[in-house]
Amino acid sequence: MKEEELIPHLFRTEFRKITTVLCRHFGIEHIEMAEDIASETFLSAMESWAYKGLPENPVAWLYTTAKNKAKNHARRIRLFDEKISPSFHDTTDISTGAEIDLSEKNISDSQLQMMFAICHPAIPEEAQISLSLRILCGFGVEEIANAFLTSKETVNKRLFRAKEKLRVEKVPIEFPAPDEIDKRMSTVLTSLYLLYNEGYYSESRDLIVREDLCREAMRLVYLLIENEKTNRAEVNALYALMCFHASRFAARKNESGEMILYKDQDESLWDRELIAKGSWHLHQASQGEKLSKYHLEAGIAYWHTIKEDTPEKWESILQLFNQLLRIEYSPIIALNRTYALSKANGKREAIVEAEKLKLMDNPFYFALLGEIYTDVDNTKAKMNFELAFQLAKTKSDRKIIQKKLNELG
Amino acid sequence: MEEYVLIMRHEDGGKKASPEQMQKWMKQTMDWIGGISAQNRFVTGTGLVFDDARVVKHNNVVTNGPFGEIKETIGGYIIVKADSVDEAVEFAKGCPVLQGEGNTMEVRRIAKGDGIH
Repeated sequence: MKEEELIPHLFRTEFRKITTVLCRHFGIEHIEMAEDIASETFLSAMESWAYKGLPENPVAWLYTTAKNKAKNHARRIRLFDEKISPSFHDTTDISTGAEIDLSEKNISDSQLQMMFAICHPAIPEEAQISLSLRILCGFGVEEIANAFLTSKETVNKRLFRAKEKLRVEKVPIEFPAPDEIDKRMSTVLTSLYLLYNEGYYSESRDLIVREDLCREAMRLVYLLIENEKTNRAEVNALYALMCFHASRFAARKNESGEMILYKDQDESLWDRELIAKGSWHLHQASQGEKLSKYHLEAGIAYWHTIKEDTPEKWESILQLFNQLLRIEYSPIIALNRTYALSKANGKREAIVEAEKLKLMDNPFYFALLGEIYTDVDNTKAKMNFELAFQLAKTKSDRKIIQKKLNELG
Repeated sequence: MEEYVLIMRHEDGGKKASPEQMQKWMKQTMDWIGGISAQNRFVTGTGLVFDDARVVKHNNVVTNGPFGEIKETIGGYIIVKADSVDEAVEFAKGCPVLQGEGNTMEVRRIAKGDGIH
């Protein structure tokens, strides 16, 4: 990895570890201090490494620096407690006796427990997800705003209120009771799913960053699988889904970073090992009684790991989409379902169904219409691709649509 | 937007279909519901099993049914969201049950439970 890429990379992987461990060490009420110490650590790294060069083991350097900064903070607070705050009622009880433990085991445990602390029922779901992205994944406020299609200001407010709530409720960073795990699991999984999607689909970032985010999400899901208390069917299903999608990383972009559509991908670049891993976890997921949306999405992703078009493939995908839509509607699922319908039942039937969807502000809607009208009514196909082109929000989308238009002549 | 129940009525629930035919109907039904779901208009629904059905009558007389003197029987229902009864009727028209002559779809608005409707 190049030097200029190293600090951003380490920030993404280590910031959250340091924050979480410190937060568990000092207690949730010191969540902001934990974040501050982690930020200061990276600031020191940037200053020191630019000047002295890279240390031999950058991660160890970060951990040592974070520990020292934490000790200084604790000392200052203790001093404040002893000398000044007795006159206040609320004394900050900060334990400093134990050594801050940045071992792999303690990082994993802390993160797992932190996931559930953040997904506490007292905190609104949106705020839970924002906080998860911030604390567990080291997202910046702007990145969270992008993921939610909202403003930085809104995210800041949400984060502030959520932290306040954690403090007031004195949420312990520990494993909740088994029935409590059930209740909070769906938010935990939604956060991780969003994180993965941010990495997999977002336009705004370069490939390395995005792959990092996906890997982070997968790592966090795997933490849940490794612990028997949280190794549930839907967790395995989500992991399988992530493996299947990740298997196509290398095949999704050409040398100049342009998107390659699924049907044009070189399947020899698909990662067979990840596909096998995904299959194994999907099998694990099928042992449970619950059928979650992750099961259905993983099923759909599984069929996409088989390149060859067969009637069985598209019929299976169509039925999985039918089921998925009954659990959860979204315009994108509706569009993908209609594409599967065209593959399974033919274009004419799909055209009738697609015309009913009327997603008039959605560029992908017109792209779908363009696709299924192609070879049935090329004039209409062209008209729809032109509408899609006008509505498209990103350069790469416009490029793909332009190619379709050129093909239609 | 109102909610409507679309009730599938079979003229003769005792008819036996081949497994292949059953599978075909099942797919058509799932595609029909999938189409309504894709428009974000599906609320809930279920099929009703003909086997082991009972009819409870006045004075708690129980018979094996629903067949016998009741000619039509209900095979399932779905609840949809629609702007009007006409729109709900359009959804009902797509139901594969209607391929059977004599079968019908009943479209009824769901009472709101507000004591008025």
